[in-house]
Amino acid sequence: MTTAAPPTTATRVPPAPKRGVRLTPAALVWPALLYLILTTQVPFFMTVYYSFFRYNLVDPTSRPFVGLANYAALLTDPQNVHILVNTVVLAGGTLLLTLVIGGALALLLHRPFVGRALLRTLLISSFLVMPVVTAVVWKNMLLNPVFGFFSWLVTRLGGTPVDWLAQYPMASLIAMITWEWTPFAMLILLTGLQSLPDDQLEAARLDGAGPLQEFRHIVLPHWTQAIQVVVLMETIALLQVYGEIYGSTSGGPGIATTNLPYFIYQKAFAEYNIGLASAAGVITVILTNILAVYLLRMISRSSGGRAHA
Amino acid sequence: MTTSSTPLTSRLRVRPILLTVLTYLIALAFLFPLVWMLLAALKTEAQAFATPPVFRFTPTLENFQKALPAYFPALKNSLIAALGSTLLAFVLGLPAAFALAVYPTRRAHGTLTWMLSTRMMPAVGVIVPLFLLFRNLGLLDTLGGLILMYTTMNLPLVVWMMHSYMSEIPFAIYEAAKVDGASVSQEFFRIALPLSMPGVAATALLALIFAWNEVFFAINLTSADAAPLSVFIGSFKTSEGLFWAQMSAAATLTVLPVLIFGWLAQRQLVRGLSFGAVK
Repeated sequence: MTTAAPPTTATRVPPAPKRGVRLTPAALVWPALLYLILTTQVPFFMTVYYSFFRYNLVDPTSRPFVGLANYAALLTDPQNVHILVNTVVLAGGTLLLTLVIGGALALLLHRPFVGRALLRTLLISSFLVMPVVTAVVWKNMLLNPVFGFFSWLVTRLGGTPVDWLAQYPMASLIAMITWEWTPFAMLILLTGLQSLPDDQLEAARLDGAGPLQEFRHIVLPHWTQAIQVVVLMETIALLQVYGEIYGSTSGGPGIATTNLPYFIYQKAFAEYNIGLASAAGVITVILTNILAVYLLRMISRSSGGRAHA
Repeated sequence: MTTSSTPLTSRLRVRPILLTVLTYLIALAFLFPLVWMLLAALKTEAQAFATPPVFRFTPTLENFQKALPAYFPALKNSLIAALGSTLLAFVLGLPAAFALAVYPTRRAHGTLTWMLSTRMMPAVGVIVPLFLLFRNLGLLDTLGGLILMYTTMNLPLVVWMMHSYMSEIPFAIYEAAKVDGASVSQEFFRIALPLSMPGVAATALLALIFAWNEVFFAINLTSADAAPLSVFIGSFKTSEGLFWAQMSAAATLTVLPVLIFGWLAQRQLVRGLSFGAVK
């Protein structure tokens, strides 16, 4: 039921492994475990290690240990605070919008009407589109100030053409990523709705509950877990947004749409500043983990409560 | 429904219709960018960025033909990277999922959770050492290197999803096999694998979609020889009205397989995306 759900088999009595069998269960788990350790844990510890050095690929021979200087440089530069704020605004803003729009769509699709199955299927499309495709299509064909569809629309409605990515870079980016992630929220929330027993709603209606009361007292409490899953999964994913920025604004104008991942990419692959990029990488991992652990706790607590209720 | 002065029958008729119309309108808005892309792919370059936009035109397949020479090498790389990493993730992940499901130990739950947590590791936390390692090992801009990273991405998904499918196989079947003297590998190949084939298909579809759409490793670990479709499409990012039709054709060819797979696998999508948290 929950992300932290133990394997259902845990309650079963495991049969004692036979003697003399060469292929032991542990031997089956180790290759996967080892692979993940080698490709995630080892590199991460190397990232931590590099973060303590002034290390630039332009001059790879000089690599002095500088302690926490990279971290100090990152955290004291006001520009970097701006980047941290960008990261949070982008993830938080998108999360909020996808929850509201995705929730509304889930409620709308949770009613019988002609073409519901088809619409549900079609509505997940934008989530399946490659982030770079989203970025180039939006940037060139929709948001372009001269030839873009949205500018034409604004002009037709009597406004003046807008250079969206220059004037409202962050809002444009949030709109773009909201378009991509709303289907995810919708899918999870719709699945959550469908597990709501009909008799509860009927009972509430018989008791004279209006649509709003019905939503507040029955739908919303039931939705809590699905909402938490959306919040957790999207937070982790949205803190790592990269392709959309790479393909549209390249972090600009200035640093208006530079988030932590894009900043690290610039430091490491444009300036070859390995030390600083590593320190920023460590900060991103810590930030993500704090949020993820906090959100996971929230999920297991509330679902645990539900189980006992 | 609330009690109000409006006759119940008319309320029941009108409101659902309005809500349905609203749903269709929102859906239309969400599909518009994709429809617009498809339309541009069928226009001439001049029509594609004409203002005001051209809505009536004679469709042409010319752009698809023009995009193909550059599209095919990237398509080949995307296919190899996606299929290769999915295959490798299954080779490593299936036995692990089987062992964790059928021979659960006290550590099994911890192992599963840990594996899942590696999926939450931001790629930027590992990219710098991986880039340096790849450079020293000659893995930069190779499909092998890309497959290695995509396997890291898909392995937790495979273990977690296949574990949940294999846990659903009635335990009595394994016990009966054991009574008959089946070995661990026989249990795996004769029972667990055949019975969880639908799960294998669903998981493979998801893994393929994830690898196909991946951007970060693709951009930072490949440049020319091993560049997959995401890098190829990225090269259009500054096409200021010059190659919109061609770009749209290439983008359409890039997203179409994923759209079709995703539409087919939408029910499994929920399970895979939420790691079974919402069913």
